[in-house]
Amino acid sequence: MNAPAPKLPSLLVVDDEQIVRDSLTKWFRQDGYRVDCAEDAAQALKKMTEGPWDVILLDIKMPGMSGLELQKRVHEIDRNATVIMITAFASVESAVQALKEGAFDYVTKPIDPDHLSHLVSNALKQKKLMDENVQLREQISDLFKANEIVGESPQILKVIELAKTVAQTDTTVMIRGESGTGKELVARAIHANSARRYFPIVPVHCGAVAESLLESELFGHEKGAFTGAQHRRKGRFEMADGGTLFLDEVGTIGQKMQVELLRALESKQFSRVGGNELIGSDFRVICATNRDIEAAVKDGSFREDLYYRLNVFSIFIPPLRERRPDIPLLAQFFTNKYATVMNKAIREISPTAMDLLVQYDWPGNVRELENIIERAMVLAKAPAIQPGDLPFQFGSKKASALRGDTLDAVERVHIENMLHRTNWNISRSAEILDIDRVTLYNKIAKYGLKKP
Amino acid sequence: MPSILVVPVGAMGDLDLTALSEPLNEVFRLPVSIHIGSPLDPQAAFDTFRNQYNSTLILTRLLDRYGQHDGKVLGVTMNDLFVPVLTYVFGEAQLSGTAAVVSAHRLMEEFYGLTPDPAMEHDRLLKESVHELGHTFGLVHCHEPECVMRSSNAVEDIDLKDVGMCDRCRSLMEGTA
Repeated sequence: MNAPAPKLPSLLVVDDEQIVRDSLTKWFRQDGYRVDCAEDAAQALKKMTEGPWDVILLDIKMPGMSGLELQKRVHEIDRNATVIMITAFASVESAVQALKEGAFDYVTKPIDPDHLSHLVSNALKQKKLMDENVQLREQISDLFKANEIVGESPQILKVIELAKTVAQTDTTVMIRGESGTGKELVARAIHANSARRYFPIVPVHCGAVAESLLESELFGHEKGAFTGAQHRRKGRFEMADGGTLFLDEVGTIGQKMQVELLRALESKQFSRVGGNELIGSDFRVICATNRDIEAAVKDGSFREDLYYRLNVFSIFIPPLRERRPDIPLLAQFFTNKYATVMNKAIREISPTAMDLLVQYDWPGNVRELENIIERAMVLAKAPAIQPGDLPFQFGSKKASALRGDTLDAVERVHIENMLHRTNWNISRSAEILDIDRVTLYNKIAKYGLKKP
Repeated sequence: MPSILVVPVGAMGDLDLTALSEPLNEVFRLPVSIHIGSPLDPQAAFDTFRNQYNSTLILTRLLDRYGQHDGKVLGVTMNDLFVPVLTYVFGEAQLSGTAAVVSAHRLMEEFYGLTPDPAMEHDRLLKESVHELGHTFGLVHCHEPECVMRSSNAVEDIDLKDVGMCDRCRSLMEGTA
């Protein structure tokens, strides 16, 4: 991977006096900055769309919109813009006001060159640290997420091994698997183990974005490209520069976008919507789908060339029902997670409840398991999750979901579930089950059920 | 053949411009000549309110008179220089242009209430001359601590750097980078 070329720090000078604009522009250009200037607020706001600018020098006193008002507008466009106010001695009070409203600092005209030089380099340093801080926070949370692949089954160990192997390369990866199996988790694990880990992983949920918006979401747009495009905006491709682009539900992309996507993936170059400038971005692609994409290729709804471009290295995540040994580990993992989040002293799942979890078919996979444990943790009382804490529909669904179990096993689970529902009220349970109490007692003895 | 023309701007006092000739020739490997005759009159650039001389206007005057010179023109003055937005400047140059101007005013120890030190003051003037001429060759400020192209807004910064350029700036200037 090639590291992106270092960019020149950029600076926007806003002052109504031409001599001030000229001398500051010249001074900072000699200092190696990319400098542009604006003579009034309107021009400055226009130039904001050509940003982002690292530092903005604003004259506080200008005809029309004042520097103070302009600062507000600038911050509406770029929340993180670093503004340094230029004032005359007479307007120190308004400079203080500017500081209260978020300016980095102010200087008085004429400016001591030594002071200006230090001020701007400090502002740049602070901005760099802030940007880096945000990026590192995101990376830390990404890394934590990447550690959450839980399981010991041969199937999941194979997935982890494949992910680790492919992570070292820049190969495009297609992750297949049912909904809720953890495709994004595997994508993050690949990114976290790759040479691109210090750059962002940018997810795009293709299915969640309307087709008409997807283009601007991916490629960004220029100001005025369409109604509502008030400012230039970076697309996901640009944001992923140096890092990884994760295209979730890639099978849902429409025909027109498939062409655009293929072109961008092949050339690593694209234009923003409404723009002519070709923008390059160095990203790795990981995509995911739960659709039968081969069938889509066959019926013509998914382009074959794009399919081959994306399906270079494929990782299949098996559904949870095909790796049942992982269910207790996952259930325990989520129990610990929510015990910490909810601050509850529940660290265990009772053996009977665990049996139910292991036997269930999990059509919603790990996501469903996590949701069910979260729900159970709300209801459960210390020290353990009991079958009664599992959702009612879960109990009724499970009978049909059991794997070719005997009638006895089904009956045992059903009776146990009923007893939990009625809080071990024998008469009430017998009544609902439509058997007499003696029969129920016999069955309780037969299956060795005990009141918790 | 291109050369560097050094032009006195205003009264020179004890300042000997000929001392700049040889070291400038060493750095830029171009012939250096010192303008003989009456110095350029800086009066038009004088700002009565600030009691300083506008360096941008001096550059304009230098270009008016020596704009046709084949090579670079360096104005040297004893007067204090400013650009309108800044309190002072040690010098000013046209980036990738023809003309530059340096002031010895704030390079003198006396300006800071200290005993004159001609050798040190000569070094400072030479470094600032090389620095401003460097801009006319298209060089911007350098981050190497000892490179003459490092930005310096205080005499202490000037004293810390060398007369010469770092390898990178030199190869940029010579077009070999």
